[in-house]
Amino acid sequence: MINALAILLVFQLMGEFLSHFLRLPIPGPVVGMALLFVALSVSSALTERLRETAQTILQHLSLLFVPAGVGVMLHAQRVLDEWLAISVALVASTLLTIAVTAFTISTVAHWMGVRNNEDRA
Amino acid sequence: MTRLTEIWVYLSASPLLHLALTLVAYLIGDWLYRRANHHALLHPVLLAVVMLVTALTLSGTDYSTYFEGAQFVHFLLGPATVALAVPLYLNLARVKRLWLPLAAGLVAGALTAIVSSVAIAWALGASDPTLLALAPKSVTAPVAMGITEKLGGPPSLTAILVVSTGILGAVLGPWALDMLKVRDAATRGFAIGTASHGIGTARAFQESETAGAFAGLAMGLNTLATSLLLPLLVQLFGTL
Repeated sequence: MINALAILLVFQLMGEFLSHFLRLPIPGPVVGMALLFVALSVSSALTERLRETAQTILQHLSLLFVPAGVGVMLHAQRVLDEWLAISVALVASTLLTIAVTAFTISTVAHWMGVRNNEDRA
Repeated sequence: MTRLTEIWVYLSASPLLHLALTLVAYLIGDWLYRRANHHALLHPVLLAVVMLVTALTLSGTDYSTYFEGAQFVHFLLGPATVALAVPLYLNLARVKRLWLPLAAGLVAGALTAIVSSVAIAWALGASDPTLLALAPKSVTAPVAMGITEKLGGPPSLTAILVVSTGILGAVLGPWALDMLKVRDAATRGFAIGTASHGIGTARAFQESETAGAFAGLAMGLNTLATSLLLPLLVQLFGTL
């Protein structure tokens, strides 16, 4: 657990360093994810070492958004004033994004003749 | 009574109290969500936020005091993003086979998320700061906050819109995909992850390991796509 956490933090640190050093528009943790992905494809021992911890963290991923959500306290007035525009935009845009993404993937996969419905959710 | 007041003053100033409250509120939310058979309106993040805001308002605690404790949870968003490489690597074979459809879906989805949210809110008369905070709403919190800040908008408002989008995607996403008869686990996960980042990814992991891995992939790639596309769109359309 500690071992795995240290590995994740070191990769995040390397990601932050590269992101700032090369002035990438990509945030540090995302660069860290890319670096770790490369490392995993080289070492299968690393995959085994991280597997359990990664699963635990990702299973409770939504917990990590709670502190940011509580920030609604700071903007209660604006949210109340513009509630209609905000809620319609959020609901419609989220549904549209999901539909457009799924439709595009299915259509392009179909053109290419890729079978992409082996695993049923 | 004064002794209790003294203890309260001491505890409310230390990060321990709000860190503990955050975890307990989430666990209660998660427990209720399971008890109600994953009922959409009882999303654990929504319940936790409602409980915490109520508690903080009643006790007269401000957000910055709360965040001194909660920041330890918030911080883990970074390592969690890095950890997404693991399920991604385990699904490498499917990613390779589907890379072109996924890339097309990503660009289409990222553009739809930005343009549709800003256009709809603008048409309904939202203010400029709100529009700037809405634009990166489909990207995971720390990244979206950075993008809004660069554009000159309020990052803390972005955080709320990001969390709301995540809850909406987790709640409405599986239902919308059922209506559209999308059954492939990879496609479902990728669509939910593109639209609703980490909270959607957590929901996709409940459907299957594959859906979760592809949602995580989409979440990572959309931070890239939106970080690159949004500044371009702003230049194209002038200031929002």
